[in-house]
Amino acid sequence: MVEKKLQQYWNRNLRYLLILLSIWFLVSYGCGILFADVLNNIKIGGFPLGFWFAQQGAIYVFVILIFAYVYLMNKLDKEFDVDEK
Amino acid sequence: MSIQTWTYIIVGITFALYIGVAIMARAGSTKEFYVAGGGVSPLANGMATAADWMSAASYLSMAGLISFMGYAGAQYLMGWTGGYVLLALLLAPYLRKFGKFTVPDFIGERYYSNLARVVAVLCTLLVSFTYVVGQMRGVGVAFARFLEVPFSTGIFIGIGIVFFYAVLGGMKGITYTQVTQFCVLIFAFTVPAVFISLQMVGNPIPQLGFGGQMEDGTYLLDKLNQLSVDLGFAEYTNSGMDDRINVFFITAALMFGTAGLPHVIVRFFTVPKVKDARISAGYALLFIAILYTTAPAVATFARTNLIQTVSNKEYDTMPSWFKKWEDSNLITFEDKNKDGVIQYVADAEMNELTIDRDIIVLANPEIANLPAWVIALVIAGGLAAALSTAAGLLLVIATSISHDLLKKNLMPHISEKGELLAARVAIAIAVIFAGVAGLNPPGFVAQVVALAFGLAASSFFPAIILGIFDKRMNKEGAILGMIVGVLFTSIYIWYFKPQLGGPGLPENYWFGIKPEGIGVLGMILNLVVSLVVSRLTPAPPKEIQRLVNDIRIPRGSSSPGAAH
Repeated sequence: MVEKKLQQYWNRNLRYLLILLSIWFLVSYGCGILFADVLNNIKIGGFPLGFWFAQQGAIYVFVILIFAYVYLMNKLDKEFDVDEK
Repeated sequence: MSIQTWTYIIVGITFALYIGVAIMARAGSTKEFYVAGGGVSPLANGMATAADWMSAASYLSMAGLISFMGYAGAQYLMGWTGGYVLLALLLAPYLRKFGKFTVPDFIGERYYSNLARVVAVLCTLLVSFTYVVGQMRGVGVAFARFLEVPFSTGIFIGIGIVFFYAVLGGMKGITYTQVTQFCVLIFAFTVPAVFISLQMVGNPIPQLGFGGQMEDGTYLLDKLNQLSVDLGFAEYTNSGMDDRINVFFITAALMFGTAGLPHVIVRFFTVPKVKDARISAGYALLFIAILYTTAPAVATFARTNLIQTVSNKEYDTMPSWFKKWEDSNLITFEDKNKDGVIQYVADAEMNELTIDRDIIVLANPEIANLPAWVIALVIAGGLAAALSTAAGLLLVIATSISHDLLKKNLMPHISEKGELLAARVAIAIAVIFAGVAGLNPPGFVAQVVALAFGLAASSFFPAIILGIFDKRMNKEGAILGMIVGVLFTSIYIWYFKPQLGGPGLPENYWFGIKPEGIGVLGMILNLVVSLVVSRLTPAPPKEIQRLVNDIRIPRGSSSPGAAH
């Protein structure tokens, strides 16, 4: 593959990674740990919010992140014509 | 029918199923033995990965740990799921494109060095072995209840079954058996949770029931918080909030460690294409999430039930499950004030009841008075979890020896049949060692396993990531980085674990970080050393840079082991 196009493809990949991993960090270390005590002042049903993120919510977000990545990469592969036939 | 009879029946059926599948899918070639021939569908791989992942630790131990830890239990919940995001985004697709058989294969080739490969093999053995020891403890606990025998006998039986199972199957057999085991374990875990959720809050979905209201209108979590405080414990939803530095570091060590575990990574070598590797990671996490979002609910239900059943009640009125667990030495009651009543309190001086955390999941359905077949099902699920993971680990250990040490290093001319035989012999020896070591592990199942994660985080994760994302990373950097990371982490862990003979005391922890979380510092050390050393030494050869370019593109992925 032409060097320049490879670089462009790779840069787009890196950008997706940065965004997705920022969300990953925010929802787990952020909401679930660093801000958990503050968030615990908010309650959803029986759940203090920080506790909910830490014990349940973060996991839901993780699953969504992976499927989002799959979707984005499948599109990207087609766009740069590097998908497997 | 009694619990015991039901247990024999249900466990017997599941065992027959596994053995049947293992026999039908037995391996005839090294490609089948190492990577199941490369033809596993993403959905099947997702289920197999989930079963491989959900070990005795996840199934038996984790809910118990969470029930005693409260909020801080999140370190296991997030730690053991978050790593899959890292795997899917940063590793799996590229390693699949690379297309060989093992992690040391990748390390050895990417870093154009047999020394690198050998270092990788040693790290693999260290990590996998530590992990499998934890499984043996889980197997022992499950068997102790199943056969109502002392813990050590349970371990010996566990060794026997896993042995037969792993030697016969290879990766192909193991994969399809794991799919079966996944179905068993997920069903067995969620059924009691659904029943208990209905009983306690009237909602059959445990994830929602967890935050639901009891009959009198109080929220379950509020009730549990109150009960905990009354006995001198911290509020459940805030428990451990003061020690968040460890929640942070342990969560991180587990997440990064996940992405560095050879027995997980190798699962992504078994699918046909790069895009399959990505999506099977998604499926794997989806399936794993079913258990991991049920477990904290189970923990809450169990804790509430337990306190309500034993606290301030007369010892003589304790139900039969209490006595049975006492017989297995997993519950002990010491009537310190001789009043015949159980005082279960936070104050260690006054506390009379000690409960092994690993039994909570198994005891929970009994405490909630569920029918006998449910309890037997839970036992079968626990065994499924332990067996599936143990088999995956033992295979990696054996593969390291037969493929990475023998075939690629010491005996390059060994025949295919010879390699297969070597792999089988290696598994046998590993099982025995693991069983013996499982008799005296350094901590509860989940904690033993957490150590393995620290080692994986500090050795493999940086080496693989840099190999993919940093073209300038060379063999000197990678090798030194791995060695420094692993040595630092191992020494810290040894030093602060009395069960391993270490003299250190908790007040001397660096930054207050427990051994289970130190892998993060080890990882950072590895990264720093690798980056610095690689810039001071020659760049990798051109064809390696081309290799890196190639693995970054999905197209052109071939059948695994093609150049083998």
